[in-house]
Amino acid sequence: MEISQKTESRNNSSKVHKQRLLKIFRRLLACISIVMITPLFLDFSGTWQTLFGWMAKIQFLPAVLSVNFLVIIGLVILTLLFGRLYCSVICPLGIMQDGFAWFGKQVKKNRYSYSKALNILRYTFLGIMIIAIIAGLNSMVALLAPYSAYGRIVSSLLKPVWIWGNNLLASWAEQHNSYAFYQVEYWYHGMGVLIVAVITLIALAFLAWRNGRTYCNTVCPVGTVLGFFSRFSLFRIVIDKSKCVDCKLCSRNCKAACIDIPNHEIDYSRCVSCFDCIGKCNKGALTFKYVGLKSDKGVSNAESIDGSRRQFISTAAIMGVTSAVSAAEKFGDGGLAVIEDKKIPKRNTRIAPPGAVSLRNLNNHCTACQLCVSACPNGVLRPITDLEHFMQPESSYENGYCRPECTRCSDVCPTGAIRPLDTADKSSIQIGHAVWVKANCVPLTDGVECGNCARHCPTGAITMVEYENGLKIPVVNTERCIGCGACENLCPARPYSAIYVEGHENHRII
Amino acid sequence: MTKNISRRDFLKRLGIGTSIAGLTLAGCKNAEKAISVSPDEKEGEMTYRINPKTGDKVSILGYGCMRWPTKPVEDGKEGEEEIDQEMVNRLVDTAIENGVNYFDTSPVYCQGKSEKVTGIALSRHPRDSYYIATKLSNFNPATQSLEASIAMYENSKKELQTDYIDYMLLHAVGGGGIENLNQRFIDNGVLDFLIKERDAGRIKNLGFSYHGDIEVFDHLLSKHDEYKWDFVQIQLNYMDWKPSAEEEPLSTNANYLYRELEKRGIPAVIMEPLLGGRLSKVPDNIANRLKQRNPEESVASWAFRFAGTHPDILTVLSGMTYMEHLQDNIHTYSPLHPLNEEELVFLQETADLMRQFPTIPCNDCKYCMPCPYGIDIPAIFVHYNKCINEDNVPTTSQSPKYAEARRAFLVGYDRSVPKLRQASHCIGCRQCISHCPQEIDIPTQLHRIDEYIDKLKQQTI
Repeated sequence: MEISQKTESRNNSSKVHKQRLLKIFRRLLACISIVMITPLFLDFSGTWQTLFGWMAKIQFLPAVLSVNFLVIIGLVILTLLFGRLYCSVICPLGIMQDGFAWFGKQVKKNRYSYSKALNILRYTFLGIMIIAIIAGLNSMVALLAPYSAYGRIVSSLLKPVWIWGNNLLASWAEQHNSYAFYQVEYWYHGMGVLIVAVITLIALAFLAWRNGRTYCNTVCPVGTVLGFFSRFSLFRIVIDKSKCVDCKLCSRNCKAACIDIPNHEIDYSRCVSCFDCIGKCNKGALTFKYVGLKSDKGVSNAESIDGSRRQFISTAAIMGVTSAVSAAEKFGDGGLAVIEDKKIPKRNTRIAPPGAVSLRNLNNHCTACQLCVSACPNGVLRPITDLEHFMQPESSYENGYCRPECTRCSDVCPTGAIRPLDTADKSSIQIGHAVWVKANCVPLTDGVECGNCARHCPTGAITMVEYENGLKIPVVNTERCIGCGACENLCPARPYSAIYVEGHENHRII
Repeated sequence: MTKNISRRDFLKRLGIGTSIAGLTLAGCKNAEKAISVSPDEKEGEMTYRINPKTGDKVSILGYGCMRWPTKPVEDGKEGEEEIDQEMVNRLVDTAIENGVNYFDTSPVYCQGKSEKVTGIALSRHPRDSYYIATKLSNFNPATQSLEASIAMYENSKKELQTDYIDYMLLHAVGGGGIENLNQRFIDNGVLDFLIKERDAGRIKNLGFSYHGDIEVFDHLLSKHDEYKWDFVQIQLNYMDWKPSAEEEPLSTNANYLYRELEKRGIPAVIMEPLLGGRLSKVPDNIANRLKQRNPEESVASWAFRFAGTHPDILTVLSGMTYMEHLQDNIHTYSPLHPLNEEELVFLQETADLMRQFPTIPCNDCKYCMPCPYGIDIPAIFVHYNKCINEDNVPTTSQSPKYAEARRAFLVGYDRSVPKLRQASHCIGCRQCISHCPQEIDIPTQLHRIDEYIDKLKQQTI
């Protein structure tokens, strides 16, 4: 009798031990996942995107927007099997919140408590999201999408630091005559995204620190959708009533606030399969196991959410603008002429990068995650600031132009807003056409030979023709022009170029 | 030292005796007999040359003051540089200690700061311990009236803290042809003024520095009887020295220029002995070849010895930015070991080998600058030449170190030249061409480099 009890307890303890491994395993996966995904927004060399670009493509909302059934079905199956594991190991925003929550727990132990689900709020946000996607109100989609929120935080807050670090290494490499690192210019993409990113970060950090996964279980539309499926998952955490002593240790450590100890029930629509509770239980009353096809016990709603304190912080941007060089001497050898910065011309139609297919396609699929903006090595893509297309990318050519050998934005886009293409496709897609501005053209204003636009046109769409006094001006064959902006960027006229690109609503193949 | 002077005299007699041009090799063969160079000879004293008119004892190494070292401006903007006066003082002190006594500057060098800085450094030494050379650099049409030119000359004396100039030059005549010469010096009476100053003793020697149109050089020498040139500054180095004095183009044939001066007994001051550093920063195989021949001497020493070997040369100018360069040159010229005939042949072969490398003959003199459209022309050429010398200009993607060379070229390009100052922004207005003493077709070269870079970026080569 005694012996059999001992064996049982030994069996139990080994079971408990195995169950505790689940949490370690979850943490390990989460770490790998965030380490793989974060550099997608930081690496300017394009290497990481080639290797781990798929990490962005398995994100739920991007998969929905790109109608990637394979990924959607895969994620639904994952959820039907193990619950919202996606939220714990794939979603970078979820992992980031777990990070803040961990710090919160270091400050105050056992700080959480059970609360009822705020289903009205959850389904309202989900409803808003669905309506926004159907209606093409993408600034709303962009604000609510978790992956995009993470992308914005990393690309507007972490990337400047990353580039600064890189540039330190680059200057060190330069001193040692090494080409391992090279200088990269950071340019400021506008206040809009920065403010949104800062507010999101502060709000999430605050909520996660105090209450764990509040955002995931009340606001996040992806969480709500997956929560619907996770209620039916085959493997779940269950409470063994016979072992439970109602100490609530599990509940007080549940960041999803979903363990209802008085009723010995768990709200599986909110459980993110973090397995923290299993380790906390001293009695081994919680186990993650196969339960088969049972519906969950519905949990009623009510209770207020924490009012999220919103702070508007305007942060001075780190600008990588090279300092203007002092004016040249009146006479004398050497010196450099001052170069005025280019200004963005007023375009009637904005320019979308090649692969976007049309402005409508871009608008309907883009979640404003900033991955393309981060990936663009030529300083062309930047987020739009107007509210209708808030934070979606657009092209402009005052810092650089869309180089023929580059397809980075189309390579990285996880949502199909910018579709994949190769360099050959790219050089035959017309995204806009060049327009000549007589008043700025250097042969006419300075009376010198120029032709820099024609010299750099990759499709030979610009020809220099005789105009006045033997000087030549450019004429554009708009049928051959692809709108890459080489002419606009390399035009010597400043601040406004004498040739600029007008975008096209629909891209076409020439 | 007496040995050197006697050698010089010997060569001089020989040089005058041989009226036929192109006999340097023969001359040097004799020079070799006159001077025996023992390999373990200890560092001696600086070699001097005597100015036949004034009897000035001029060091064979002259200090070119157009490349003074700079340092970042304290509390200045990023990238803002100023001349490092303290370092200049140290360089000048070291030069004088080691017998250098000829300092060549101009109102336009170092963006107009050279004379002042040089004056500060030199004024710390007795005025009779060095010779000052400066120039009338009235390139800008605004400075070409007699009054403005005189003001420039008077200002030079003020900046240099002196009341007389030892060697005064009409700066860079030849560019823009006879017309430009007349406009700058003849029609406005500037040359007449300078001759009067010479008569008054405020200018000890009057000469001109020449680049460009050979017509101007021939014209000024044809008027030697009238103007009595005391010296002429020419570009001479083993790349520009053609085997025959008649070989075209004469304007860049140092053999021709030197012979013409020699014929008239006019001492030559040598500029660009290193071609703006291109004869010290040579391709690896060239460096190895020179080092193999003379392992303990620098690559640059060959170029300096070549320039110094010619007997009618008063001084060889070098724009020494760094103490190491100064020390190396002092070493080369203390004393000068003239090249023997075999070494001259070896150097001519080296020059032929170097010509196979398509470097651009830019000396980084910055006369083309500032480009009105903001291009950093010399920085682009310097980078390109550096890559050529380091074999980082791949011509095919099949080459074994293609990826490495491509990266070195492109990353190095962005490091050396800010994006907005790169070759892609050259519009081809051609305003720079007339400023280039080396007569480089700058826009064509920039466009060629830009095309190459674009191919590298697209990996179509």
